[in-house]
Amino acid sequence: MLVMAGAIAFTIYNGVTKEKSELLQVGDAAPDFTLTDLDGERHQLSDYKGQGVFVNFWGTWCKPCEKEFPLMEKQYQVYKDQGVQILAVNIAQSDYEVRQYAEQRNLTFPIVIDKDKSVMEAYNIRPLPTTLLVNPEGKITKIITGEMSEEDIVSYMEEIKPE
Amino acid sequence: MENLRCQCGHSNPLGTKLCESCGRSLTDKEQNSKLVDMRYEGTARRSQTYNRSIIDKIWNFFSSVKVGVSIIVILLVAAAIGTILPQQAFVPANTEATIKAYYADTYGSVGRVYHFLGFHDLYSSYWFIALVGMLAISLVIASLDRFVPLYKSLKNQRVLRHPSFMDKQRIYAEGPGAEDTLQKVEAKLKELKYKVRTDKNGLLAEKGRFSRWGPYVNHIGLIIFLAGVMLRMIPGFYVDETLWIREGETRAIPEVPGYSLENVKFALETYTGEGEEARFGEALGRVGTVAKNYQTDIVLYQAPKDSLPGATDNLEVVKEYSIRVNQPLKFDGYAMYQMDYKLNELKTMTFTLTDQETEESLGELTIDLIDPDKKYELKNGSTVELLGYYPNFSGFENGEPQTASPLPDNPGFLVEMTTPATPEGETSFITIQNTIEPFGTNQYKLAFQSAEMRNVSGLTVRKDKTLPILGLGGLIFMIGVAQGMYFNHRRFWLQQTDSGDILLAGHTNKNWFGLKKDLEQISVYASLPAYSDQQEDTEKEGELKS
Repeated sequence: MLVMAGAIAFTIYNGVTKEKSELLQVGDAAPDFTLTDLDGERHQLSDYKGQGVFVNFWGTWCKPCEKEFPLMEKQYQVYKDQGVQILAVNIAQSDYEVRQYAEQRNLTFPIVIDKDKSVMEAYNIRPLPTTLLVNPEGKITKIITGEMSEEDIVSYMEEIKPE
Repeated sequence: MENLRCQCGHSNPLGTKLCESCGRSLTDKEQNSKLVDMRYEGTARRSQTYNRSIIDKIWNFFSSVKVGVSIIVILLVAAAIGTILPQQAFVPANTEATIKAYYADTYGSVGRVYHFLGFHDLYSSYWFIALVGMLAISLVIASLDRFVPLYKSLKNQRVLRHPSFMDKQRIYAEGPGAEDTLQKVEAKLKELKYKVRTDKNGLLAEKGRFSRWGPYVNHIGLIIFLAGVMLRMIPGFYVDETLWIREGETRAIPEVPGYSLENVKFALETYTGEGEEARFGEALGRVGTVAKNYQTDIVLYQAPKDSLPGATDNLEVVKEYSIRVNQPLKFDGYAMYQMDYKLNELKTMTFTLTDQETEESLGELTIDLIDPDKKYELKNGSTVELLGYYPNFSGFENGEPQTASPLPDNPGFLVEMTTPATPEGETSFITIQNTIEPFGTNQYKLAFQSAEMRNVSGLTVRKDKTLPILGLGGLIFMIGVAQGMYFNHRRFWLQQTDSGDILLAGHTNKNWFGLKKDLEQISVYASLPAYSDQQEDTEKEGELKS
């Protein structure tokens, strides 16, 4: 009995230490952050209160990211005047790579670089791409991991569009 | 509530087996057996008495030792299954789909089944945690079911018991006694450190009652331990994260808000076998290289209060330190340990711009693979412009070079070289040991000269606020064990009838040998009648009773 109880205690100890808490959930207030874009301009999430923000985490090596960028750019042109902003957060790559990538694809929405991965950490981002929809009140309404189709993007933009 | 009235007039709660007051047997079973069952003093245990309502059924389920042990066995088996293949946290994949693919690819059909059954995340599965919870419930209910009646019964023990209680004890003696027998017995028992109470013609001596609480103390310890383990799931109590950090990088420390770490340098030193280490020469010759030190020189930064994630310009230096094995960086309740490393990732590459025919060089350029420049100026107005950079080149797709990861494991460069001789510019695509000239033969090429490397350090971040709770639980557990194991609860009942005869009964919860030794000393001193061990007697008759 004793040995058993000891063994149980040990295994549970081991087991639960591997537990990973999911920090962010739909409905939570989106943690504020501030990052600099390629033109040296600062973008602070809370500055966009009153607008919907489409926060997209990406990297140049990520294939689905590459496919959804032209679709995002197209919808950005439609929705930017309707109060939906796109913030594309690159994960710690060099200015050169990000600029080259954006110029080749004629991307016009702000692209910021998370140099020390602190925003990635605050948002607990694992796979790329991950997209978070932040409504005009600053709440997360959806967390999307994986590739989005054009219809998806349109419906997401509609979802966070201010009234 | 219905009560059981004993012949002596005492009213006992329903389910009582031996009268709380006089000890008479109250059930047919007890009346017909030769020895009474003293396990829980013949008290009324809830689980043995009621079995009607759903609450009774749940209570009875969890109070069963069989159920408790079954839960433990299931947990043990499940925990063992979880160690057959690595859990998902240790697998180099981080999305549902890639994790599933990893198990299938690496372990074949076994892996597929393992993943299908959910064993890849066994310890945080609901059923596993539910089982642990059931174990805790079982510990509490089984303890209460036994402890409460036992405590009441032992607290209210009467000195005088009915002869039918005494002659059904395992140790029993009767026979003639002297006038001073009771006094003598009392004196000897006190000498043996028994607590003695007398009442009229009777005597009750007792020693080590607290050992009966051992199992319950032990269960309290276990429950505190389990609670400590459960607390780890609550944010702020427990952190165990890995951080891979390259030389020159500054990274936010996972799960430690506001802090970031810069890796200045990682070094792996080995024993050289020279100078003072010459005495190790022979051993080194036998086993090859032996590591002497793993060290990461770091700078710890803290962002000012109210600063947001992403704001990296106002970081304050907290500490410069060298993390070595067993010498973690400690700050603010966290500790960072040196755990792993990777040597020699590419950091920079140096080329010369060379005329392919004459081998004449127009100058040298160094490309920083972590942070490349767009344009490199060489002498005589020659330039090399970077048209594209692919840190981990993996091939072409629709004529477009691709990169498989952000790490410069296999860098590819698309460059345009402009020289006074070729003012139009020449394009070439360069990877390690390979150059492609997409628009015909070029006059110039970039010739690889040298490369610089950097190391990667693997650190873990730990914080554990549950350790004191786990320690306390463990300590209480051990106290309970010692209490129950190394002490025993011995009792003697003695009565002298009007005719002068002595009735004696003895009981202990364990170590009957010790009890008998005590009794022999008393018998010699007070010349008591010879006792018999009624259980051994019945065993001899072959009537084994469980």
